[in-house]
Amino acid sequence: MQHRTGDIIQRCTSDLDTLKNFISTQMTEILRIVILLGLSIGFMLGMDTTLTLIALAPVPVIILYSLIYYRIIGKAFLECDENEGILSAMAQENLAGVRVVRAFGRERHERDRFTEQNRHYTGLWMRLAKPMSTFWSVGDVLSGSQILLTVCFGAVFCLRGRMLAGEYIAFLSYCALMTWPVRMLGRMISEMSKAGVSIERLAYIMNAEEERASGAALRPDLSGDIVFDHVRFSYEEDQETLRDVSFTVPGGTTVGILGGTGSGKSTLMLLLNKLYDLPPEGGRITIGGTDLRDIDTAWLRRNTAMVLQEPFLFSRSIRENIAMAEEGASEEDIRAAARAACLEETADSFPAGFDTFVGERGVTLSGGQKQRVAIARALLRKAPIMVLDDSLSAVDTETDARIRAGLSEHFRGCTVFLISHRITTLKNADQILVLDRGRVAERGTHAELRRAGGLYQRICEIQEEA
Amino acid sequence: MMKKQRTFFGIRTILPYLRPFRWELFGIVAASALGSLIDIGVPLFQRYALDRFVTGGDLRAMPAFVALYLGAILAAAGFNYISCLWGMRVEVGIDRDLRNAAFSHLQTLTFSYFNQNSVGYIHSRIMSDTQRIGELLSWTLLNSAWQLCYVVGAVIAMFSIEPRLAVLVTALLPVVALLYAVFQKRLFSLNREIRELNAQITGDFNEGVMGARTVKTLGVEQKLADHFAAGTERMRSRSVSAARYHGLFAITMSFASSLALALVLWQGGVIAKEQIGTFSMFMSYALGLMEPVRWVVDAIGSLITTQINIERLHKLLSTRSDVVDRPEVVERYGDSYDPKRENWEPLHGDLEFRDVSFRYPDGEELVLEHFDLKIAFGTNLAIVGETGAGKSTLANLICRFYEPTSGTLLVDGRDARERSQLWLRSAIACVLQTPHLFSGTIRENLLYGDPDATEEEIREALSLVSALDLVDSLPKGLDTDVGESGDQLSTGEKQLISFARAILKKPRILILDEATASVDTLTEQRIQHAIDEIIRGRTSVVIAHRLSTIRNADLILVVSDGKIIERGRHDELIARRGAYYRLYTRQYEEEATGAALS
Repeated sequence: MQHRTGDIIQRCTSDLDTLKNFISTQMTEILRIVILLGLSIGFMLGMDTTLTLIALAPVPVIILYSLIYYRIIGKAFLECDENEGILSAMAQENLAGVRVVRAFGRERHERDRFTEQNRHYTGLWMRLAKPMSTFWSVGDVLSGSQILLTVCFGAVFCLRGRMLAGEYIAFLSYCALMTWPVRMLGRMISEMSKAGVSIERLAYIMNAEEERASGAALRPDLSGDIVFDHVRFSYEEDQETLRDVSFTVPGGTTVGILGGTGSGKSTLMLLLNKLYDLPPEGGRITIGGTDLRDIDTAWLRRNTAMVLQEPFLFSRSIRENIAMAEEGASEEDIRAAARAACLEETADSFPAGFDTFVGERGVTLSGGQKQRVAIARALLRKAPIMVLDDSLSAVDTETDARIRAGLSEHFRGCTVFLISHRITTLKNADQILVLDRGRVAERGTHAELRRAGGLYQRICEIQEEA
Repeated sequence: MMKKQRTFFGIRTILPYLRPFRWELFGIVAASALGSLIDIGVPLFQRYALDRFVTGGDLRAMPAFVALYLGAILAAAGFNYISCLWGMRVEVGIDRDLRNAAFSHLQTLTFSYFNQNSVGYIHSRIMSDTQRIGELLSWTLLNSAWQLCYVVGAVIAMFSIEPRLAVLVTALLPVVALLYAVFQKRLFSLNREIRELNAQITGDFNEGVMGARTVKTLGVEQKLADHFAAGTERMRSRSVSAARYHGLFAITMSFASSLALALVLWQGGVIAKEQIGTFSMFMSYALGLMEPVRWVVDAIGSLITTQINIERLHKLLSTRSDVVDRPEVVERYGDSYDPKRENWEPLHGDLEFRDVSFRYPDGEELVLEHFDLKIAFGTNLAIVGETGAGKSTLANLICRFYEPTSGTLLVDGRDARERSQLWLRSAIACVLQTPHLFSGTIRENLLYGDPDATEEEIREALSLVSALDLVDSLPKGLDTDVGESGDQLSTGEKQLISFARAILKKPRILILDEATASVDTLTEQRIQHAIDEIIRGRTSVVIAHRLSTIRNADLILVVSDGKIIERGRHDELIARRGAYYRLYTRQYEEEATGAALS
């Protein structure tokens, strides 16, 4: 997650294109040129060695000249590439945030910012124009001179009887044949460096540590107790998100987690699903006694149904989104999951029903609708561990209550983590944890905490003002 | 004939962007043409050398010959330099201008455009379509001019020296051109297919990266990978088919070249027996003539394919916004880019919906029907109801993101349309349900609300939403980078910044669209206190989802299925025991639904 998505996408599209062009076009070209040059020079030598040497004299100069030029230009190209990425990201952001731009009336600001970056980017290319043009023209002069040399010396040799007119014509033809390939050779060699850059950028992705599958191969039963033992974790060097969190969730029970902004509640769930790795000094998380680090990640995830805070839907139909993780799910199961998430009616109300396409190229669902699809998706999986991270926030209270009524059926026998701001959502959990600045500040049942005189009680009072 | 129409149609769009570069364009064509003429001359030089020096045995003219030849080389290089330099300038310049135009225009379009077109699609228009058009108008033009000139010049040269041989060589030209045209057509549809596949693959790829977290939690990496592999395999097979056509043509080309050469060798020996100079010259032309033909046909093909890019860009540039200020209004008040603030009357903040009916541009039903509502300045209006498009409609209309289908929105007693959109929006601040920040520092994001805000004002706004201690606790404070779309901060933190940003704008009208939904209770309580403060002395429209926060609203509207079904103050609505009453009591009644989470 360290790289901007725009950058990753650029690597895998334009860098890939560069590499593709290199392999398909340039490599074959180089081979062709090398063979062509080799054969031509061979034949020329067969006719007259001296003239060959004269004709070939400019060639190394041309090649060297190309090499140097492209090395220099390569850096400039890279800078242009990077700036294109910046411009692209700027456009992307503007489009994604169009509501804010318009609401704050900052159209001019955005336009000016973009125009400025565009101007800068264009300027970089313009700066290349002179060196590039100079290069090509000087190359022309060099190639032209090569032919001139051949024409003149060849004529003289012919006159002196050293070679036949026919051979002279042949020489001229070979020279003509060689001109373009020689000029291209320099360029090809340097494109190799451009391709080299792209290979490096792509290698970065290919070599990025895949989620470690090694070492963790256990597939224990995940319906046991989940224990967080002195867990500490930080995203950044200087900021500890979780300071010392310890709690136990008995298997098959529900735990509610309440906490302020940035208190670390979502982080706990990300760690539970091994989306981030707990460093060795960060404590332990165990399920049924087995350390998370030893559990097979795929197994773990298959048996955990997570609904993240801002749900992501794929550009597919509603049905496919719900059944994303469950290939062979029957229509009834899908509908049942949708029903429990209070989504069935909504889905049926669309003209194409469950086949309605959602996501970028389809219908845009409201926040609440997206959450319900994500919940249905989770419910379909019937996993022993369920996590709902603030999953009902965009849904109005009436629907919230209906969904939770439906969920209680599904929750039987599962270990459930409920993260929410609403007391009503968490009220009936078997235990409630109040997280404050990376630590568990309070724990207990709703009844206990309601009277404990702490954070929880305060929140209850606020929310119950009716 | 349809195709020709489209071509010209496209060129008309592009013409205004070519105009600033007309001298460069002329220069490019001229320089290319002259350069190609010199290139045509090279075989003529060789012919001279052969006839004079070798056959004639006379070397006296050699120094002059060399000088002339060198001169020609330098001249050609000079022309090349000019056309390259200007070609680059034109390409890059047109690209830049088109991009700016597209971006600017986008800033004026309203939401219905963005609802109908995905971000990725629009993004391609701005970034890649513009680039392709620039490329076409410079390099393709440059090359075409050169190649065309070369072909014409060479043909003339050949005919003027030895017509019999010339006929042999030139006879092949139209055949080659025709064959190539046929190949091009086949390739055209293949290429289109490949482009579509490419767009799909890129979209899938995009999705995989954006939704990486979800993909992992669902454990569907393999499934997506397989789907992606299927797409790339399809692409591969189509591309290979296209490559086969290319290959076939390349063979045909070189065959044609060799055939021309063979003809020259066969007949040339007979016809030009004593003139080996002429013979050599024809050989050179025969070898060099096929390439240009290919280039020219290629250029026509490029024009056709770039047609699509031009059309798409044209569509974007010609889309009109739903909400447009009339010319008289723009005249007086300016537009979003050049506001004429000196003509702006101060906005008091009285709003009125008079007989307003409204349907969303892409909707079918009327969302509002003959709706009347007076919102005097300072009124605190609350809108409640289920999640859906209905609640935001009034807010959208007040902000003039849409115009009423019929009826009028009045601001300070006058039709809102009589004054510019920016005038109205300058006095409105919104906080939406999901916060959106831009990449940059916290300070930069806050200044978005008011670029002229002082450091004190910033800190005051932050403390009003109880975010000051949060910001101070960060190592870099206000200069902390929020990451791409603010992904370095939690949702709650982002929302606090959004609030501060709105407050900093010192709006007359404040719109809160379920603004505290993503924020935890304690933070919400703090914000609520601030909200109560900042609502005072302004008109506010609060779309609420926690009913306790709007109890003291001056007027509450209850929305259901997009329609307003109840209105009144809290006490009245409770007494009525209608929809509002039900919603209100439901909020804290766990037992009523019998849900037990155990």
